[in-house]
Amino acid sequence: MIKHSFIEKNSFVLLIGILVVVAIGGLVEIAPLYWLDSTVEKVRGVRPYSPLELAGRNIYIREGCYACHSQQIRSLRDEVERYGHYSLAAESMYDHPFQWGSKRTGPDLARVGGRYSDEWHATHMIDPRSIVPESIMPGYPFLATNRLDYENMAGHLEANRTVGVPYTDEMIANAVADVEAQANPDEGDVDALLARYPKAQARVFDGEAGKITELDALIAYMQMLGTLVDFDSFDAAANSR
Amino acid sequence: MNGLALFGLGIAAALGLGVAAGAADEGMRIHAMLFAGAAIIAVFFLINRIYEPKVSPAGGSDRIDYNDGVVRAGAIASVFWGLVGFLVGLTLALQLAFPVLNFDTAWLNFGRLRPLHTSAVIFAFGGNVLIMSSFYVVQRTCRARLAGELAPWFVFWGYQLFIVLAATGYLLGITQSKEYAEPEWYIDLWLTIVWVTYLLVFLATLWKRREPHIYVANWFYLAFIVTVAMLHLINNATVPVSLMGSKSYIAWAGVQDALTQWWYGHNAVGFFLTAGFLGMMYYFLPKQAGRPIFSYRLSIVHFWSLIFLYIWAGPHHLHFTALPDWAQTLGMVFSVMLWMPSWGGMVNGLMTLSGAWDKIRTDPLIRFMVVSLAFYGMSTFEGPLMAIRTVNALSHYTDWTIGHVHSGALGWVAYISFAAIYFLVPPLWGQARLYSLRLVNVHFWISSIGIVLYITAMWVSGILQGLMWRAYDNLGFLEFSFIETVEAMHPFYVIRAVGGLLFVIGMLVMIYNLWRTIRGEVRAEAPMAGTAAARA
Amino acid sequence: MNYETAAAFAQTGGLIYFVVLFAAVIAFVLWPRNAERFREAAKIPLKED
Repeated sequence: MIKHSFIEKNSFVLLIGILVVVAIGGLVEIAPLYWLDSTVEKVRGVRPYSPLELAGRNIYIREGCYACHSQQIRSLRDEVERYGHYSLAAESMYDHPFQWGSKRTGPDLARVGGRYSDEWHATHMIDPRSIVPESIMPGYPFLATNRLDYENMAGHLEANRTVGVPYTDEMIANAVADVEAQANPDEGDVDALLARYPKAQARVFDGEAGKITELDALIAYMQMLGTLVDFDSFDAAANSR
Repeated sequence: MNGLALFGLGIAAALGLGVAAGAADEGMRIHAMLFAGAAIIAVFFLINRIYEPKVSPAGGSDRIDYNDGVVRAGAIASVFWGLVGFLVGLTLALQLAFPVLNFDTAWLNFGRLRPLHTSAVIFAFGGNVLIMSSFYVVQRTCRARLAGELAPWFVFWGYQLFIVLAATGYLLGITQSKEYAEPEWYIDLWLTIVWVTYLLVFLATLWKRREPHIYVANWFYLAFIVTVAMLHLINNATVPVSLMGSKSYIAWAGVQDALTQWWYGHNAVGFFLTAGFLGMMYYFLPKQAGRPIFSYRLSIVHFWSLIFLYIWAGPHHLHFTALPDWAQTLGMVFSVMLWMPSWGGMVNGLMTLSGAWDKIRTDPLIRFMVVSLAFYGMSTFEGPLMAIRTVNALSHYTDWTIGHVHSGALGWVAYISFAAIYFLVPPLWGQARLYSLRLVNVHFWISSIGIVLYITAMWVSGILQGLMWRAYDNLGFLEFSFIETVEAMHPFYVIRAVGGLLFVIGMLVMIYNLWRTIRGEVRAEAPMAGTAAARA
Repeated sequence: MNYETAAAFAQTGGLIYFVVLFAAVIAFVLWPRNAERFREAAKIPLKED
């Protein structure tokens, strides 16, 4: 028996059946995260990344750091004692993509900002075992020599605005200037940077003034991780969901 | 059709060259040139094909002229990418044990090689096995030639191009850093084109079938193809910074992106690594055992309950995180329920052998299949267990997860694939039997020891590290610094690497055996367990 | 939309949906008229090729 109809009935029923069954699960689980007001906590302090921090985050993404480092402190006693306050959804509300990770071959980095000095980070990135002899992290000496490519940071900010990050026209227009001001504060308008990105840390991160490297950007990113949210404004009971 | 294809390839080549000329970054330039190069090579082969004399199918007119060329190519690609994926995995295992092997370079560091390993084994090895076997099975169970002449080849070569673009991209630092969805936007677009063609070829072959019923293996394959398309499109929704550059930003943010990602990630397991391979099981196991599946009714219940429940299980990757509790609970409950259809499928497969258990002794292919089902049963029991919040509190972020994944990936996915490849190679190359069944047995034992070393090392290291992280001393302080827990992992990382090495050696034995088989040689050897173990 | 409304809907609607779906699948596989079809279908891989 050969069927000649173009859209053969059984295969079509099967196809639609599969689509309905698999679509509903995802819809019911994911869609409410956009509708329910309780998904992202109401807290103060979280702002979009400064252009230098965003460039650093892109290096974090490029090198696949998520394969070994989480950025998500679970609400368990030992994690809170080891890493700090458990992570809030609000803290990654401007993250495209999220970098919560799934494996801790190395420690969690959600609140690594301010825990170590810039010098520690720079040395550790170039040769991890010179600081932590037992470490199994790869060395990233090339970050210290690679110049940061930031000419098109405005384009990056704009793409982020398209996906919903509230970058203003002013932020986009000053993207390149803000990178330079944050990594070379002596030669830039730090006050304007801070007005746009409160709590941004402006200094020479890799110990080498004048040249903005990928290491500058990465350390600027690491040093701001977990430092933005104002926990005085967080009411745990009101955010139970 | 040929003219249209040539036109399409011309456009592709021009597009590639155009983007290469104006690329915003070096990675995009290399990829655009690769793309254009692939299109130009394809033009050459297509013209060659047009001028090739047409060969009419041999044999009587009642015999179906199956398209086995693309299946042969798929078998070779499966074995090749399998070896590549396993070797990169071994490299990573050694890097974790001996970090000096990262060589402080950009190209070979763990962070860039890790997605190369996962993509190579899941998408390159697993994907080629699935495409190849689905093309074989759908033809046999429909008793119809594969739909289209160029389309199946486009699926095959287009998929290889996707793999090459993705893999070179990781080494160049082109990645979205979304686990198992690392390829950037333009590579995702290319995969979408290939995948939709794959779906159409598969569906159109079903439309041509001479059997009134669509065999259940094809249900699983169809669910795999359709669902992967849906997951891929939604999880990779993205906005490129520039159409000439490789970098893009994912449309979803933070917590929503996290759940979208693990909805995708867990169903890459559920539909890529499970549904598709179950389709293989439902064809190759009855075929090799020479008897129909234990219960066809159970296979239908298995199918609907499996695809229905799997899609909900993603949130168990996000326990105790900033994901709302209701979503975590939902994910946990569905994961536990998932245990039932999974074991239903395993039981259905194993019971097919009831009354023919002696084949485990005499037929190493059956041995591979049975052990793959046993590993399937084990990891689908372990999975729901680890999805329970309190267990997950210990297991998450540790090597236990890695061990769990590998018991499924090596034990279930790779073993059922090995069995299918051993089954397919002799008939595809017109040989009566494999070069050596005893070598299949050698492969089986070497790689089984490798798997056992691998997963036990990861269980111990994972549970050990989880317990060390939460250990308190008498004064109520955390007992171990993080780096002490890293140090404690070292011996297990070495054992794991040894396990991986054994698995690679097993693969080399397989390649040797297949190579001699394709050359038409038969090893003079005593049959297994003293009885004739001819292929069905 | 708030959490309570969504939860209430999910708990009733979800229950009905699951039960109906499960019943439909079970009815399909146990329907006596389908038995012969399934027996035939199970033999498809074993046919000569």
